[in-house]
Amino acid sequence: MSEQPKFKVTIDNITVEVPAGTTILNAARMIGGDVTPPAMCYYSKLEGSGGKCRTCLVEVSKGSEKDPRPMPKLVASCRTTVMDGMEVKNITSDKVLDARKGVVEMLLINHPLDCPVCDQAGECHLQDLSYEHGVAGTRYEFDRRTFEKEDIGDYIQLHMTRCILCYRCVFTADQLTNKREHGILERGDHAEISTLLGKSLDNEFIGNVIDVCPVGALTDKTFRFKNRVWFTKPVDAHRDCPTCSGKVRLWMRGDEVFRVTARKDKWGEVEEWICNDCRFHKKEAKDWVIEGPSRIDRHSVISQGHYVDTVKQPVYIDRVIGKNPKLLLDIHKVSDVNRPDVDLSKIEGPAHSDDFKKNKDN
Amino acid sequence: MKLLLEHAHVEGIRYYDAYRKNGGYRAVEKAFKMTPDEIVEEVKKSGLRGRGGAGFPTGMKWSFLAKPEGIPRHLVCNADESEPGTFKDRYLMEFIPHLLIEGLIVSSFALGSNATYIYIRGEYAWIVDILEQAITEAKNNGWLGKNILNSGFDCEIYVQRGAGAYICGEETALIESLEGKRGNPRIKPPFPAIQGLWMRPTVVNNVETLAAVVPIMNIGGEAYSKIGVGRSTGTKLLSVCGNVKKPGIYEIDMTQSVEEFIFSDEYCGGIANGKKLKACIPGGSSVPILPANLLLKTAKGETRYMNYESLSDGGFATGSMMGSGGFIVFDEDQCVVRHTMTLARFYNHESCGQCSPCREGTGWMYKILKNIEYGKGKMSDIDLLWDIQRKIEGNTICPLGDAAAWPVAAAIRHFRDEFEWHVLNPEESQKRNFGLAHYADPIHVPTETA
Repeated sequence: MSEQPKFKVTIDNITVEVPAGTTILNAARMIGGDVTPPAMCYYSKLEGSGGKCRTCLVEVSKGSEKDPRPMPKLVASCRTTVMDGMEVKNITSDKVLDARKGVVEMLLINHPLDCPVCDQAGECHLQDLSYEHGVAGTRYEFDRRTFEKEDIGDYIQLHMTRCILCYRCVFTADQLTNKREHGILERGDHAEISTLLGKSLDNEFIGNVIDVCPVGALTDKTFRFKNRVWFTKPVDAHRDCPTCSGKVRLWMRGDEVFRVTARKDKWGEVEEWICNDCRFHKKEAKDWVIEGPSRIDRHSVISQGHYVDTVKQPVYIDRVIGKNPKLLLDIHKVSDVNRPDVDLSKIEGPAHSDDFKKNKDN
Repeated sequence: MKLLLEHAHVEGIRYYDAYRKNGGYRAVEKAFKMTPDEIVEEVKKSGLRGRGGAGFPTGMKWSFLAKPEGIPRHLVCNADESEPGTFKDRYLMEFIPHLLIEGLIVSSFALGSNATYIYIRGEYAWIVDILEQAITEAKNNGWLGKNILNSGFDCEIYVQRGAGAYICGEETALIESLEGKRGNPRIKPPFPAIQGLWMRPTVVNNVETLAAVVPIMNIGGEAYSKIGVGRSTGTKLLSVCGNVKKPGIYEIDMTQSVEEFIFSDEYCGGIANGKKLKACIPGGSSVPILPANLLLKTAKGETRYMNYESLSDGGFATGSMMGSGGFIVFDEDQCVVRHTMTLARFYNHESCGQCSPCREGTGWMYKILKNIEYGKGKMSDIDLLWDIQRKIEGNTICPLGDAAAWPVAAAIRHFRDEFEWHVLNPEESQKRNFGLAHYADPIHVPTETA
């Protein structure tokens, strides 16, 4: 077996060695933390996805060891493969941050921002993105785009107004099922997701389009308006399923199963596709063998510090800027609360200021 | 100097007999005595640059074509000419279709394409029939089909109609559409020269580029490269429209100055109705608009010529581009704001909707421009427009985003007072046009001579 060549790539001053053929985004994901560009349309499990949303734009300041010229334009990191000796700027480039701000603004101008009534709120990638990279106000003064409502089946609710046209569901429907019945109609800003002549989606795995949707455009009808996601507790569970792996995540409140989804990794991507039967019909705790609480790391609003072993994102700011940042004020030195060494999950009941004081003395 | 349109006015040149009598298909006879590599070398020597807009050297593009063993290669002719203001390919295909067919046969032989496609814009419905008739005639006379001129080379040309999308003029979108899919541009790399049509190596060339291969074969690459100036070799077709006395198709050898081209009787014949020149888009709607003073003279005060280098002198700050040769002339009565709005509407309508900045930004720009044009604009809108175009440009998969951003940017850059006048005089701007401003005053207007 020939050994795959390894390429050295430097992203925001952090060097990592990756196999040839890795994309910049995946190399950055190996580092993790802030240097990873956000991705709204790229989905590592879907062939051909990516390159569309333009949120993952990065600046390549040095093409490779052999050809050190910088790339003239910002490139989509999800679809650009690394070269040996490549130097990439993500959060250290003002150009990138500016362009990303622009992309987030463009994504939001026609988004209805109906988060208070949207089932996706709390686990929405667009919420995360606009929180991290967006601006508070909007400069858009026109009516937002609306669409005619379309019914695409008994299980899946389509809200076209929320769609950001990432094409993930189109790729999912194409690659998981053998019929091409789900796609984009029209073009430009009046493009819309639709099914073949308005027929309902009928396939054993079609429910996965709900999981891949980064926003609330495709939601679970069996969970619709039942609960907010942050009030439900995610637990990993499995069952002996004849069609799929049966490994799922249950979203429970007490003993009641509110929703079944596939398990997602720390980039919000589905680990294993699950079938419609598991997703929509097995809504009782007795159907499942519960393994234990899920490890939540990306969507902080869901975990709210209630879960044991939440994985914190690594912080690389000292390596990115090459020195420890000089803080104007270290909040932990001044304030009693908000101390990083106090694990909120180990405190019984709601935290009280005494809990922090007690800890301080120890 | 006429190469492409040399016999354009011969009676019946559309048909095989007249075309053959006027020296047609000599290039094929000559080409089949050469090896494919020699033809590519000849095209390289000619310095021919792509006539579709980007101006990339054709010979170089051809030499990039991957030639893996056992995998067919394709040549695709991009006849999806949809740029507002550009209609040169239409003229070629409609009146001298055999020139394109001849160029295609030579190029197919050079590139080893046994199945060559003409992807033609859907709105050119009648031209499909003309081309298909020309293909049949060529086939009946042994220029196409199996074993052409006993060389052992087979070639078929198929005409495929598009369904009316500007975006399908982008080469990867064209390939997608030709494959029967939705015409969304692909993400490059891989480039079509490596993986194009049906994942096979593909060359996509403009109609005029492929037609120009014929004179290159006839007179030789060396001689062809001597026509023109510097790196702008050969002749270029320009489709002139707007407020000139004689709009139409002109073939130039790129040595003319812009002033000569607009005002001489040999070409456009000056501005119609005795008006003054205000502005001009020299290369199709996507390239930056230039006010009269910058059009006739560069920022350094030198005369501007009708060639790739001179038109782009000064970059986008004070220059423009040769583009696809859609020369649009504006007289003093034209409103730049209204014109920019029309273009923004076009790009909004034609955006494929893949990339967020282009999909959302083009619509946003159109709405703002509409407000300004109809007297509802604010002063801050102008800066907002500038910011939006800056965020679209360069941040999209294909050049449509750039093409949508450049006209808006150039209009604001050169005609900012006109935008401001629209905002400040909402009522007056509905009744009359801004007219000439100091910046757009032509430096020199030739007086009418008898």
